[in-house]
Amino acid sequence: MKIGVLVKQVPDTETKIRIAADATDIVRDGIKYVVNPYDEFAVEQALKVKEQVGGDSSVTVVALGPPRVAEALRTALAMGADRALHLKDEAFEGGDTMTTARALAAALRLEAFDLVFAGKMAIDDNASAVPGAVAVLLDLPNVNLIHAFTLAADQRSANVRRRVDGGEEVVSCTLPALFTCEKGLNEPRYASLTGIMKAKKKPIEEKTAADLGLAADTVGKAGAGAQLVRLLPLPERGACKFIDGDAQQQARTLVQLLRNEAKII
Amino acid sequence: MPKKIVVVGEQRDGVLRKTSLEVLGAGRKLAAGGGVLEAALVGEGADAAAGELAAHGVAVQQVNGAAGAEAVSAALAWLVSEQGYEIVLLADTSMAKDVAPALATRLNAALMTDVVQMDLGADGSLRVVHPIFTGKVNAEFAVQGRSIQVLTLRPHTVAPAAPDGTTGAITKHSWTASVPPRAVVQEFVQSAAGRVELAEADIVVSGGRSLKSEENFALIEGLATALGGAVGASRAAVDAGYQPHSRQVGQTGKVVNPSLYIACGISGAIQHLVGMRTSKVIVAVNKDPSAPIFQNADYGIVGDLFEVVPMLTEEIKKLLGKE
Ligand SMILES: Cc1cc2nc3c(=O)[nH]c(=O)nc-3n(C[C@H](O)[C@H](O)[C@H](O)COP(=O)(O)OP(=O)(O)OC[C@H]3O[C@@H](n4cnc5c(N)ncnc54)[C@H](O)[C@@H]3O)c2cc1C
Ligand SMILES: Nc1ncnc2c1ncn2[C@@H]1O[C@H](COP(=O)(O)O)[C@@H](O)[C@H]1O
Repeated sequence: MKIGVLVKQVPDTETKIRIAADATDIVRDGIKYVVNPYDEFAVEQALKVKEQVGGDSSVTVVALGPPRVAEALRTALAMGADRALHLKDEAFEGGDTMTTARALAAALRLEAFDLVFAGKMAIDDNASAVPGAVAVLLDLPNVNLIHAFTLAADQRSANVRRRVDGGEEVVSCTLPALFTCEKGLNEPRYASLTGIMKAKKKPIEEKTAADLGLAADTVGKAGAGAQLVRLLPLPERGACKFIDGDAQQQARTLVQLLRNEAKII
Repeated sequence: MPKKIVVVGEQRDGVLRKTSLEVLGAGRKLAAGGGVLEAALVGEGADAAAGELAAHGVAVQQVNGAAGAEAVSAALAWLVSEQGYEIVLLADTSMAKDVAPALATRLNAALMTDVVQMDLGADGSLRVVHPIFTGKVNAEFAVQGRSIQVLTLRPHTVAPAAPDGTTGAITKHSWTASVPPRAVVQEFVQSAAGRVELAEADIVVSGGRSLKSEENFALIEGLATALGGAVGASRAAVDAGYQPHSRQVGQTGKVVNPSLYIACGISGAIQHLVGMRTSKVIVAVNKDPSAPIFQNADYGIVGDLFEVVPMLTEEIKKLLGKE
């Protein structure tokens, strides 16, 4: 079984986000980059399926981004992925979710994967949009937000569970298909020392827009329908109004304030 | 440049979701000044919801015959092309997360998800604000360069539209999927009846590690019920097993945006704050006056939640019970 995983490199969740002077980016100095946490679930699930199916199954991790993104691919290789594709081209910069999806889809199309896993959301752009677009471009069915995955015995479909507004769904989906992963799906493994050593010898193939047959005006900033104008600080909240008295007085005063001042209840 | 705008409604069990009326409210603003605003509903059993949308003064295009996200996005793409809509608005719900990216791709449209503010310039330029880095900063985007724009609106950012005294026409279409569905819902387990959904709730009452047990969360439940709100929890409370992950608010849980958020015994770690700090009014109950949550609250009670919360529940019951 050929399994593909979309892996994005993002600033660590602990990063202090500060707006840069020109307000078109965050301050990038000293940022530690990691594999997007939801993509770790995706890598782990791919490895689990590979281990379950065995044979000549393989896991290919795919990332689009600047040179530093190779580190994220190396991390996924160290976890156990077999090979990596790095979509690396200055022309990709400044793109939006749609240009990113188009480039990723062009790369995946060359491989004819049986299964593709992605994260539910990138924790930097918070779009939750790329995988759904990739699925349409590849004409794959797509089930989002899965927190349980079971491959059918004949390996031609999968049963998944996901939480949606109002409840939980059990979905069966024919393969090939694309799934996005939610927390709870699995516990991503740590790379072992031997994993890290082995990863150094595994291939990372680089692809440019031209390699993927993508015209320059369809990728990156040139092709993006959504262009970042500027970053804005969050609106400030006024000072907290502390409420005095014993518990009963506090409760009474608060309810009054919520009714008469905030007019919220 | 006036635009032709469509609001995609969503129904559950035949009832129009409140978020659909919010999107209609946002659509009205964009359509002010000569734009055309209509609504669309896709899927079976949507007659009542279509009626409700029409009662808000918009023409409704109702498309029957599509079930499942894949078919819904295909049917919507057909409708948008057929009707020549230029801006497509959806509420950022789990349905929209399935449908909007697919729809935008099928239409070769520009897409912005989870939008909290949208403005249409007189020249037809669309500017939107979308929180990034899990709500740590806002980003303004120009959505341009495509003939169609698809936007999903975060719940609770715009007041729901009220009826305007006119009734729109309902046009029915039928649509047949060209391929059988490949992803099929086998089973749907509804959340407990009467429970208000966290992401949709207008009021959220959350508890933290300090609740000390699952049983003690009954205090939080009690206040939430009295207010007609939903229960949330910090990660520490979820990790300790007091509440399910589906109720976790924050970076690795849900982002909520209610009118009122009451944090009980929650310290206010940044990972929690990013999940709730856009709430309109924030109340914090914490025994530590230096807890960071107070820096992000409008009203603060320094005290023991085990004393304060039951009193609050009583006061709320007195107030709301009288009406
Ligand atoms: C990668 C990552 C992701 C995370 N994601 C999330 C997330 O999604 N959501 C989230 O919430 N956290 C998240 N966290 C955890 C976060 O950093 C905090 O640890 C967590 O929010 C703390 O929960 P708490 O406020 O309940 O507990 P604590 O920090 O232990 O605070 C308890 C508070 O209760 C007060 N208190 C104690 N007893 C009482 C009483 N009787 N009456 C009144 N007040 C009392 C104390 O003064 C204290 O302020 C994440 C952390 C990391 C590293
Ligand atoms: N540049 C990228 N490279 C590889 N995968 C990506 C990239 N951007 C997004 N993805 C995938 O799409 C998921 C959702 O991202 P987003 O739509 O940006 O929130 C991520 O979790 C990744 O799996």
